[in-house]
Amino acid sequence: MTIPFYVAPEQLVRDKAEFARKGIARGRSIIAVDYSDGVLLLAENPSKALHKISEVYDRIAFAGVGKYNEFETLRKAGIRQADLMGYLYSREDVTAMGLATAFAQTLGAIFTREPKPFEVEVLIAEISEDGDEHRLFRVTYDGTLYDERHFVAIGGKAEQLTEALEAKWEPGMTLAKALEVASEVFRQAEGREIEGWEAGVLDSSNGRRAFRRLSADELPSR
Amino acid sequence: MGPLPMQAPSPGSSFSDLLDSLGAKPVLTLPPGEKAPLSPEGTTVLALRYEGGVVMAGDRRATEGNLVAHRRIRKVFPADRYSAVSIAGTAGLAIEMVRLFQVELEHYEKIEGVRLSLEGQATFLARLVRGQLPMAFQGLVVVPLFAGYDEREGRGRLYSYDAVGGRYEEIDFGSTGSGARLAKSYMRTVYRDDLGAEEATGIAVSALVAASQEDTATGGPDLKRGIYPTVIRISADGLDELDDSVIGPVAEQAVESIR
Repeated sequence: MTIPFYVAPEQLVRDKAEFARKGIARGRSIIAVDYSDGVLLLAENPSKALHKISEVYDRIAFAGVGKYNEFETLRKAGIRQADLMGYLYSREDVTAMGLATAFAQTLGAIFTREPKPFEVEVLIAEISEDGDEHRLFRVTYDGTLYDERHFVAIGGKAEQLTEALEAKWEPGMTLAKALEVASEVFRQAEGREIEGWEAGVLDSSNGRRAFRRLSADELPSR
Repeated sequence: MGPLPMQAPSPGSSFSDLLDSLGAKPVLTLPPGEKAPLSPEGTTVLALRYEGGVVMAGDRRATEGNLVAHRRIRKVFPADRYSAVSIAGTAGLAIEMVRLFQVELEHYEKIEGVRLSLEGQATFLARLVRGQLPMAFQGLVVVPLFAGYDEREGRGRLYSYDAVGGRYEEIDFGSTGSGARLAKSYMRTVYRDDLGAEEATGIAVSALVAASQEDTATGGPDLKRGIYPTVIRISADGLDELDDSVIGPVAEQAVESIR
């Protein structure tokens, strides 16, 4: 009988975290910024077919960075959870707070139980019915949940993006202004030409389903 | 909320299958030989095609035996942005079926990133109706009518169903419920291929009024209480539920022309 090597739990967690962080750092980033009527989500994404930003529920959107198949699995699970809650109870009982904690629980469990953690970071955005109140949550690979205000960045360049946003964000921006600020921040943080945009908004003027994907001619220049 | 449902039954895009796999679907069986309790029934709904789209309408009455159970029940519902569904038969089961159908379509769209085709929607609805078959044998029948704008083909389409989940595409008009025959007879006499949206709306409301004259289970417009038929119109521009302020005058005119 072979005896497995003993690995200290601290070492195990450190190794897993480092592994996940490396995976995420390789991927491109996403930011969410609030503006006068809602929340803008902007991602660098060269692909037109594989989305990083999507609708989850009436007033809730999801964005993920890192390994595509992993955040896609999470996105679908989030939609399932939201639709189940809304069907069993009422549409207003589905909240970003509830979903964010569910994402945190799930990612936390995967991080501790599975041999390989998910190499992802996700963000959940929500607007209130009148569009005045916005909520932004960020969940990291180990299930840590952050409640953010006004703007948030996830992915490889998250730190640089957040710093740039701190300087540039202002309250009450129009969508056009928010797009301009967000894309400028991206160029500044990356220090190179952007390989393609993907953008979506949660806007209170869109009716019950507030999410809308921006079309190619609405996107900022590279 | 608990942890996320990371696994879904294959193909993974169906909400109804997800409910099934979690054991959350309502149990719909009666002991053999038992007769179902008397419960409210929806009566007459109809749909007809016009040039550029389709209009769907339903009266507002539900009956329980020979009594009026509800005066303001809603039997015509949006299904997604380009389709609508209406129901006749046991109201409680039918309304729940519509709710599940609506969630199914939205769920599919969010998971797959594209809307389910109109044909696909009609097929799925047939599956829901077929699921009710054991109940139909015990007297709780649900028969829907489905209509929408087919973006691929660029025209309005409509489908009628039977109690066993049979699905039949109609080329001009369709109706289901207790007053269906009367409504169809009326539509047959006035239908043309080149109807406009307003004309088609007028015909839909008049057909319901005509049905209400011979069938006691069909509720005509209640001008005194301000209860008018529900009317939904679907075209390339999307789905439009007509307001009472629009339907009111149409209904009054239809009632006035009765002899």
